[in-house]
Amino acid sequence: MTVEITEEPKGVHGMGHKIRRKEDIRFLLGKGNYVDDIKLPGMVYLAFVRSPYAHAKIKSINVEKAKTLPGVIDIITGKELEKVGLAWIPTLMGDKMMVLPTDKVVYQGQEVVAVIAEDRYKAYDAASLIEVEYEPLEPVTDPKKALEQSSPIVRPDKNTNLVFKWEAGNKEETDKLFKEADVVVSQGFYYQRLHVAYMEPVGSIAHYDPVSGKLTIWMTSQAPHVVRTVFSLVTKIPENKIRIISPDIGGGFGGKVYVYPGYVVSAHASIKLGRPVKWIATRSEDMRSTAFARDYHIHGEIAAKKDGTILALRIKVISDHGAFFGDANPSKFSAGLFSICTGSYDIKAAHVEVVGAHTNKPPGGIAYRCSFRVTEAAYAIERLVDILAHELGMDPAELRLKNFIPPEKFPYKSALGWTYDSGNYAAALKKAMDKIGYWELRKEQEEKRKRGELMGIGISSFTEIVGAGPADLFDIVGIKMFESAEIRIHPTGKVIARFGTRAQGQGHETTYAQIISEILGIPVEDIIIEEGDTDTCPYGLGTYASRSTPTAGAAAAVSAKKILDKAKKIAAHLLEAREEDIVYEKGRFYVKGSPDKFKTIQDVALAAYTNPPPGIEAGLEAITYYNPPNMTFPFGSYICVVDIDKGTGQIKVRKFVAVDDCGNIINPVIVDGQIMGALTMSFGTAFLEEIRYDENGNIYGGSFAEYMIPTAIETPKWELDKTITPSPHHPLGAKGVDESATVGSPAAFVNAVVDALWHLGVRHIDMPLWPWKIWQILKEKGAVSDE
Amino acid sequence: MSQQLVHVKIIINEKAYEADIEPRLLLVHFIREIAGLTGTHVGCDTTNCGACTVILDGRAVKSCTLFAVQADGKKVLTIEGLAKDSKLHPIQEGFWVKHGLQCGYCTLGMIMAAYQLLMRNPNPTEEEIREGISGNLCRCTGYQNIIEAIKYAAEKMRGGVS
Amino acid sequence: MFIMYPAQFNYFAPKSVDETLELLDKFRDDAKILAGGQSLIILMKLRLFSPKNIIDINKIPGLSYIKEEEGYLKIGALTRYSDLEYSDLIKSRYPLLYESIKHLADPIVRNVGTVGGNVCHNDPGNNLPSVMLAYNAEFLVKSISKQRVIKAIDFFIGPYQTALQSNEMVVEIRIPVQEPKNSGAYMKLERRAGDFAIVASAVNVSIDDNGYLKKVGIALGAVGSTAIKADKAEEFLIGKKADKEVIKKASEIASEQTNPSSTPFGPSAEYKKAMAKVLTFRAFKNALRKVGVEI
Repeated sequence: MTVEITEEPKGVHGMGHKIRRKEDIRFLLGKGNYVDDIKLPGMVYLAFVRSPYAHAKIKSINVEKAKTLPGVIDIITGKELEKVGLAWIPTLMGDKMMVLPTDKVVYQGQEVVAVIAEDRYKAYDAASLIEVEYEPLEPVTDPKKALEQSSPIVRPDKNTNLVFKWEAGNKEETDKLFKEADVVVSQGFYYQRLHVAYMEPVGSIAHYDPVSGKLTIWMTSQAPHVVRTVFSLVTKIPENKIRIISPDIGGGFGGKVYVYPGYVVSAHASIKLGRPVKWIATRSEDMRSTAFARDYHIHGEIAAKKDGTILALRIKVISDHGAFFGDANPSKFSAGLFSICTGSYDIKAAHVEVVGAHTNKPPGGIAYRCSFRVTEAAYAIERLVDILAHELGMDPAELRLKNFIPPEKFPYKSALGWTYDSGNYAAALKKAMDKIGYWELRKEQEEKRKRGELMGIGISSFTEIVGAGPADLFDIVGIKMFESAEIRIHPTGKVIARFGTRAQGQGHETTYAQIISEILGIPVEDIIIEEGDTDTCPYGLGTYASRSTPTAGAAAAVSAKKILDKAKKIAAHLLEAREEDIVYEKGRFYVKGSPDKFKTIQDVALAAYTNPPPGIEAGLEAITYYNPPNMTFPFGSYICVVDIDKGTGQIKVRKFVAVDDCGNIINPVIVDGQIMGALTMSFGTAFLEEIRYDENGNIYGGSFAEYMIPTAIETPKWELDKTITPSPHHPLGAKGVDESATVGSPAAFVNAVVDALWHLGVRHIDMPLWPWKIWQILKEKGAVSDE
Repeated sequence: MSQQLVHVKIIINEKAYEADIEPRLLLVHFIREIAGLTGTHVGCDTTNCGACTVILDGRAVKSCTLFAVQADGKKVLTIEGLAKDSKLHPIQEGFWVKHGLQCGYCTLGMIMAAYQLLMRNPNPTEEEIREGISGNLCRCTGYQNIIEAIKYAAEKMRGGVS
Repeated sequence: MFIMYPAQFNYFAPKSVDETLELLDKFRDDAKILAGGQSLIILMKLRLFSPKNIIDINKIPGLSYIKEEEGYLKIGALTRYSDLEYSDLIKSRYPLLYESIKHLADPIVRNVGTVGGNVCHNDPGNNLPSVMLAYNAEFLVKSISKQRVIKAIDFFIGPYQTALQSNEMVVEIRIPVQEPKNSGAYMKLERRAGDFAIVASAVNVSIDDNGYLKKVGIALGAVGSTAIKADKAEEFLIGKKADKEVIKKASEIASEQTNPSSTPFGPSAEYKKAMAKVLTFRAFKNALRKVGVEI
């Protein structure tokens, strides 16, 4: 697919317009404003000494040599933080985490001592002079072992490595259906540990003003408002004296929701020293100590009739959370929204159980472009369904079509309790099959198989669940997961709109402007969108889990409609007519029957300040805290074609078609951009990316030299298409889209590879699908070539 | 040890910047901290990501993997020097028109890599473009629109797009 | 660890080779030559290596050239990879070298990294050591008191180790000028574009007018502590007519000469050994095709 020439962001551009992004110019000119670009007078720099051990007692810390190094200003240890109650802080999941350790370290790369110096080079010079004496302890890096009686205990404040046990569904009913089933397929899957690997490492600048008592922190945060609340609760600094600014963010993908020790220590240091303190993680520090994703050990079972009708689903998971339970899930959902794992299928009963474990690894379990564990869920069901089809000798497309929730069943209540708002799964799959020429490919595969060539076709028909969320279910540290939008129209008709979200590349400055332009008929160039400043923006929960369009986008629409209601009253006043006789059309108000005699939204804006109707307040603005009535359920069908090199085990993704349905689309170019980016990330997941730990807790994959992000060379060319099934409850009929492809595509890649090898007796291969893994399998099956 | 300082003069975007620096100062830090041109970014520490790519005497280099002293007396072009007379360079324009950027962090490096590529090969194939930007990582776009952007720029620079 | 800011060092930027050699002689193991720096500076940033003295040879004129002279292709030590990449001479007459450069790191790094730096760094996973072995290249080496020529086979002695003395520097790389019916190919298996090799095979081959193998150079990368010259396979092939069976046999012999170790969480030694064979076969297949021989 190719992008057409987009239009300049000038004029009225509402839903569906392919306009260029308003935010781009500053980035193109090198004038973006990321945290590390900010330089304040008197600013000093923070660097950490980090633990070489995964698990060790700290016997002593000798800072004498470092102290005397010219340019070194201060050295901060856990003991110092302990005195001010900052050695530990709460996580978003009701656990707590170390900022700096006082007694022992619990993962390799953990922050141990902080050094503040005049510049970064000197800070690291000093860090390398600090001598920490450790007494190594036995680490545990395997969550299954961590749950055994004999395991070392990771946490000094707990006597178990068990984090939680969580379940959903009807166990009895599920077990009953499994007993009655003709076929039961069961399979273990390991969804490997990943890092989101945004391009901009995390960092902060804390600036405490001793005169006003105000603490300002520039921070790489996707959720500045919640972080401010947590900071206030922890430090006892009044919330209105903390200002968190998330400036431009170089990618987040869920990794920048977490509160990192560097943020806290830089704040502490600034308060102590009265100078701005900057902390920027190096890439290797970031890879080794910031929040990871996945690390899910899944065991799935699916029960079906001989004809392929799926009856029930049973899944057990052991999830590895590292040293601290630091997922960024809504509070009530220890396993995120994993219970969406019944996917696109009409399944009578299901039961899911997730057990979380601490290990001597960095914390996280964050929602890496996955809407809270939805990637894991979609992967499990789409792999299981595929295995079932192959076991039954049915075509995987036909088995899916047979079991999809039919369109007439929406809203559909799933066996695990979700009410799907809308969907038409068969339409998406059929479109993908037509586009890729599915049956011709199957024919080609058959012929190739006869010649001994290995070709596979993989399907994934996923269901997403995004837009957290309804207040009765969703909160983070008790704060309901509403989202906010404030729109102010100034007398000359120019708009500033502020949001509680914070984009990290998603293009909010454009899409939000389009939503406002759609409803109010104001040109997009007259609309400025602001986010990420807790002093000026309304409170919001932030941008992650594809929630911005479903929640903040809806808030913008509601605010704009509130403004429109008032504008109608003012227009009636200006046109000397009754309000009920006013017709509104694309930025113009007129009296029914006289469209030529109209007042524009700009006229109305001026009148709102210069000539408001009697009894009506001056001004033209509105604010909304939108509580979504339900989640939105985007979906899609992806088909992947692979060829396997029998000599080397290398896999080539020959073709990939993605049909997505995210309801009504605001800006198609931005939507496609999100999908292609997410597909590429998942291509990395399927084939290239993993973080591993050996039994001593040493990391493998902790730098960009070792963690293999796809380059342009191996990234496949994506072919996209759409179906449109509007959300019935979203004011614009829109759904979130940012994560659909990370949720949907991993199973498509793996299904394609297993499909190529099924006839050799291969049922499953864990990601990443390295060539040496494939070759080993081919060798065992006697299918390698030496040419 | 008391550290030797070296006097350097580096011409960045046609403007001379002079300073006494430690030899260990990386070029990227000279550009960002001393010249104050923060459009050039640091994305990794192992010379993989290319977010620090600049043009040094006509060749694209990763400015995190050169010492600033090595650029003494040389000319550097950074992203800030690309637009002329407040008009976007065709490559910048291509990235805008074709939605070749999302978070913007890798963008300058991609643009500089494209600048080098088009200098050497004014009419690259898709494969050549993919190869030409393979030293620059992007985590947002999936590269496809970046490739489109570079095709657009190539055509425009050859006089094909008005 | 985890640092990206190098430790302090003393910086020297000599203007001549002689001046460089004097500095080297003075500092010996306490000094390191900075050529392209695309490996060295990374190690220094991570503080895995912190030399006290850096001798920057980039300001020395006359160390960057590509020319055929006296039966050799002579490459100045400071010649950048991209100079080779965009040299018509290399592209048309030295396909093995050309292909190996196209698969070396990435286009931006290739603008800076040097041929001399690559061979002196002798990373077992890097491209040029095996290429030099396949070409039977020689290195012109100078110290303050003498100059000598070291054959590639004697030069690469271990991981990140060469036969260079601490006061010596490589000033020129010499590859014998290839015969008319010559070809070559470089096959590299990598996790991702631009990464170090999992396994690589470098093949240089000349045939006579009757299609018999006249000269053969085979070397393998990343399958031992340093690049390995598959001399037994070379000997096996000389004088034989290239067909599928012969090349397969030779590839097997080459593979048997390798000594790979398993990578933790990565490819096994068994896989690497098997790949040595497959890649060598494919390198021959590609190389021979260019001189009109299909196997």
